Amino acid sequence: MNRIQSHLNKDKKLLSIYFTAGYPNLGDTVPILQSLEANGVDMVEIGLPFSDPLADGPTIQASSTQALKNGMTTQKLFQQLQGIREKITIPLIIMGYFNPVLQYGVEDFCKKCHEIGVDGLILPDLPLAEYQEHYQEIFEKYGLVNVFLITPQTSNERIREIDSASNGFIYMVSSASVTGAKKGFGKDQINYFERISKMNLKNPQIVGFGISNAQSFATATKNANGAIIGSAFIKMLSTKGIEGIPEFVKDLR
Amino acid sequence: MDNKAHPLNSFNVNEKGYYGDFGGAYIPEMLYPNVEELRQNYLSVMQEEAFQKEFQQLLNEYVGRPTPLYFAKRLSEKHNTKIYLKREDLCHTGAHKVNNTIGQILMAKRLGKDRIIAETGAGQHGVATATVCALMGLECIVYMGEIDIKRQAPNVARMKMLGATVVPASSGSKTLKDATNEAIRDWINNPTNTHYIIGSVVGPHPYPDMVARFQSVISKEIKNQLQVKENREAPDYVVACVGGGSNAAGAYYHYLDNPKVGIIAVEAAGKGVNSGESAATSALGKMGIIHGSKTLLMQTHDGQITEPYSISAGLDYPGVGPMHAHLYASGRAQFIAITDEAAMQAGLELCKLEGIIPAIETSHALAVFETKKFKKDDVVVINLSGRGDKDLNTYIDYFNF
Repeated sequence: MNRIQSHLNKDKKLLSIYFTAGYPNLGDTVPILQSLEANGVDMVEIGLPFSDPLADGPTIQASSTQALKNGMTTQKLFQQLQGIREKITIPLIIMGYFNPVLQYGVEDFCKKCHEIGVDGLILPDLPLAEYQEHYQEIFEKYGLVNVFLITPQTSNERIREIDSASNGFIYMVSSASVTGAKKGFGKDQINYFERISKMNLKNPQIVGFGISNAQSFATATKNANGAIIGSAFIKMLSTKGIEGIPEFVKDLR
Repeated sequence: MDNKAHPLNSFNVNEKGYYGDFGGAYIPEMLYPNVEELRQNYLSVMQEEAFQKEFQQLLNEYVGRPTPLYFAKRLSEKHNTKIYLKREDLCHTGAHKVNNTIGQILMAKRLGKDRIIAETGAGQHGVATATVCALMGLECIVYMGEIDIKRQAPNVARMKMLGATVVPASSGSKTLKDATNEAIRDWINNPTNTHYIIGSVVGPHPYPDMVARFQSVISKEIKNQLQVKENREAPDYVVACVGGGSNAAGAYYHYLDNPKVGIIAVEAAGKGVNSGESAATSALGKMGIIHGSKTLLMQTHDGQITEPYSISAGLDYPGVGPMHAHLYASGRAQFIAITDEAAMQAGLELCKLEGIIPAIETSHALAVFETKKFKKDDVVVINLSGRGDKDLNTYIDYFNF
């Protein structure tokens, strides 16, 4: 059992946080990770910034642009994460777009993740078929979990296919949208959450996109096993910095 | 339009959406239902008799096709070879772009979509999209980089007059690639009623193939016209400028699998291929992913997409269609990079010798004679992709007219 699976087995709703590596400051990656774990966050998605993040809304776009200006690179992120497993134990996932991974070399990238203790990857623009044909073996060789997304438009048939190809969790995109905090969930989302819950998938589901506060976290996790907060956390970092983390996390549960 | 299956080992797309190593559909799951719907339907829709009839009729009566294949006598004398110009500049809206937007608006209607989105750089594709939306009475939203909106005010006004909403793309470098990102984000946010009319042979499969098929009318006509004029269907060379590469794809299409036809692709070298201000993707790019397609791409060592430069807004794209990446990698096509200066001079030469003011994109293709010498009896077809009205200010500033 990998670290993600064992954490998801715990009998509580998992709180996961996304942040863009290198934002607000280049050197903030490890301090943010330590603070998140110390304040009870269960899992973290570390965003590898990309120049053209086409599934992201304005908040994550802006943080990515700033992170790149600050000098964040794939190599730099790996340097910063060197030795991270002596500091924290919660599951770590790198989330980013496929091109920087392709340029680093998919096998080299996976190997490095394994050495550092990164548990999985979320690469939204690496489609299921490409992954299975070209990269699954490499991911498995280095014990990495690959996380796929589903949306309210994903057919049940494709959800079953994604479920059988997954070995960590399924990332449930809450609504037809790019990332960025909205105010709460409507009837459509709740129906979608219930529909997926009734499918009895083998992988747990974690909801992301549009979760910004305790209320939306509670709604999203009524059926699902956890939820991911990204843009709202980055907005908080923009104004309060790392010192704002304890209060932000406390207010979510 | 070509709706036949591609032969095996062709330079066309294979059943998985690849041209050699290039192509595919590297899209987030949010776009999967839309792109998959299009992939499953585009060929069968294009094969419908009613679709073909409507498409042909609009090309003939609305766009003004077939466009002439004009023997450029004085230009031929100057360069000591036989030069034919395929006059796409005479299409309604002033460029080849409308061949594709006519096809895609009919496709969108067949798929039951009532809202159209598009990206545009210089505004030509935006105008061509706004035009067909007005024609069909569909809502039209065009994404355009904030910087391009300032540079291309007349085209912004045209789109607005045609009833389109022009939305500024204020992310990233605020130009074409960012307008494309914004259009993709719009599609993610509107997954059921919207069709995205991509303006070139770029984007996820099936877009490159679909757009190439709509543009293939160009080489279909060239074949018929050359037969009449030269008693042969195939020229010795077909030359076109390549940004994303849709006019080139259309001009090459029916000659791709005929090895006797030399294919020449002209890219924008900007201020020089190695000047740091260039858009010569084949020379400067590496394989990567942009806008859902695996192709040659200008990028940093770290895989961040870089901003290209060309005096021509239509060639100012950091990638290239996957078909062209394959034509380059396989050696099927010869790629030439032309600087701003050489292109501007070639554009002016066409004005003086033939009385035709070309778009600056096209001027790059016309500059081929500066770097490549042809034989006296070679038949060279240049795709005159667009007219130069939109570029008057650039010509005026450059030559101080």
